[in-house]
Amino acid sequence: MTTVETRTPLVEMSHINVAFGGVHAAEDCSIDLYPGEVVAIVGGNGAGKTTLIRCLSGAHPADSGEIKIDGKPASINNPRDAKAYGVETIYQTLALSENQDAPSNMFLGRELRSRWGTLDDMAMEDATRKVMARLNPRFKNFGVPVQSLSGGQRQSIAIAKAVYFNARIIIMDEPTAALGPAETAQVGELIVQLKSDGIGIFLISHDIHDVFDLADRIAVMHTGKIVGIVNKTEVTKDQILAMIIMGKESSQVTANDIEDLH
Amino acid sequence: MVAALLIIWIGSNILSDGAFLTSRNLWNLSVQTSVVAIMATGMVLVIVSRNIDLSVGSMLAAVGMAMALLQARYLTDIFEIGSPAIWIIAILAGLLLGTLIGALQGTIVAYIGVPSFIVTLGGLLVWRGVAWWMASGQTIAPMDRTFQILGGGARGTIGGTWTWILGFAGCVGIVLLMWSRRRQRIRVGFTPRPMWAEITIGAIAIAVILGATAVINSYPMPEALARQYAADNGIAWPAEGLTIPLGLATPVLITIIVALAMNFIATRTRFGRYVYAIGGNPEAATLAGIKTRWTIVKTFALMGLLVGIAAAVQIARLNAATSGLGQLAELYVIAAAVIGGTSLSGGVGTIPGAVLGALVMQSLVSGMVLIGVDAPLQDIVVGIVLVAAVALDGYYRRRVTR
Repeated sequence: MTTVETRTPLVEMSHINVAFGGVHAAEDCSIDLYPGEVVAIVGGNGAGKTTLIRCLSGAHPADSGEIKIDGKPASINNPRDAKAYGVETIYQTLALSENQDAPSNMFLGRELRSRWGTLDDMAMEDATRKVMARLNPRFKNFGVPVQSLSGGQRQSIAIAKAVYFNARIIIMDEPTAALGPAETAQVGELIVQLKSDGIGIFLISHDIHDVFDLADRIAVMHTGKIVGIVNKTEVTKDQILAMIIMGKESSQVTANDIEDLH
Repeated sequence: MVAALLIIWIGSNILSDGAFLTSRNLWNLSVQTSVVAIMATGMVLVIVSRNIDLSVGSMLAAVGMAMALLQARYLTDIFEIGSPAIWIIAILAGLLLGTLIGALQGTIVAYIGVPSFIVTLGGLLVWRGVAWWMASGQTIAPMDRTFQILGGGARGTIGGTWTWILGFAGCVGIVLLMWSRRRQRIRVGFTPRPMWAEITIGAIAIAVILGATAVINSYPMPEALARQYAADNGIAWPAEGLTIPLGLATPVLITIIVALAMNFIATRTRFGRYVYAIGGNPEAATLAGIKTRWTIVKTFALMGLLVGIAAAVQIARLNAATSGLGQLAELYVIAAAVIGGTSLSGGVGTIPGAVLGALVMQSLVSGMVLIGVDAPLQDIVVGIVLVAAVALDGYYRRRVTR
């Protein structure tokens, strides 16, 4: 940590451990996130990025460690708990129910109901249309199963979900992996917009350029450990690459190491 | 599918020299379809959630046997014969037993993680054995007189007047439903369907309902029964005889109620939506915070409840229970759901489709019986139709999504 923050962090994850069998997928990881900030988590395949973040989204609880939200200890054991704390996750696989339409997906698990307790499809479609009009005005396919939509359209449903339910913390796991260049740019604009609303974002990405464009701080993971968390302005892309590949802290990355990369 | 049904109906009618499209045959067809149709509505949800239930035929036997034993042996020791307590307790016990068996199988599937194919394959053997063991293989008869109404025999109908009342109520229901949907759409600012479309759809639906009612009511009571009816109601027996419509059979009424209720559950409740979500993408459903395991248990329990209803209808119709009850029913039920458009890969399927699927299959069998096709050949034809239906459905689906 290079900046001194006086505000309470939105999220503080400390000493998180997750093991699958004998393999430490995340080992003693500590990371925090402030309102209106984008913290990128980068690392090679199997570095533990997704594992670490799944503890926060409730998809796979940590074996040990502590999560604080707004400075208070939070207990997150399943996705419902996470949502109650205002944590919304946009998964790499986009986690959509393929045979259902956009409104059903947006409200999946939190359906709007009429006063008789039945599903209120009209209200759900109406709300979906309103959110979409803001996020992706070109989106018009409200009645078709999402499996027939493009990657960008599917992505906008996932993001609309986070926005509609007033998420305060958004986790994006490879949000642009399935998208073309124009759609990637769109997601970038959206992240800037969400930041200005004071939402904190964890951004998991392979793409070092994306990360430099969007993130404020960058956490580098290597074999389940956090190698270092650096301010974007204080490092170069090469240094980050060296951290990812060699698992060294930024201060230990030498000119020689960078030379070796090229 | 409606087209397939019409082809079967018209084809059978031509080949059987007009014996198929008679009010008598259609009335019988409606009764014969009931047991499979009732169970098929539950099978849709089970298959949509990426599971299968192979045990429904055996469960039908076990639950039917339990209900029969209660009526014919145990409860008659406690209550007087003819006491309403007998049929009420027997039915409730049967429904409860079916639900519990379903919930047990569902729990093993969802919480212990044994594939449903295996759990219910085991169930297929277990419940058949239990059915035999309960009565040492004996046939149990007769059923309580009131209970027999469920089977739709000579006394098991609601009569001509009530059939018309029901038909008109159905029409009013459709109009009200369409009107409320339209009003809702306008309320949230969507453009409603054009008025002419609404009227056309409504008119077709009403015509179908009233047509079916008229067909059902044109099947009169057999003379002996009509004489009895006339005597009971103090009507003098005229020389030329009386034509008194039998009206809708109770099993068909039960099927209609079950289908409406199941359609409501599948499309208008959270539970139904979750079943489809699990079938579409189980991981997404879990990540959305749905209690997927509990939902699976509920689908199996619901299937069990429907087996209980079907078992009551079946033993009431036969006026007896044997341990061979419902043999191969699981295959007919699954076939009905699949012919009705339910996808075995999960996430897709409708209740009306399954009911139509059951009707298509029963029509095929009934048609072949009337034409005089040999029994082994009937099986061959049904088998081929099943495979062809799924192949065509898949082909059509691929063309639409492309």
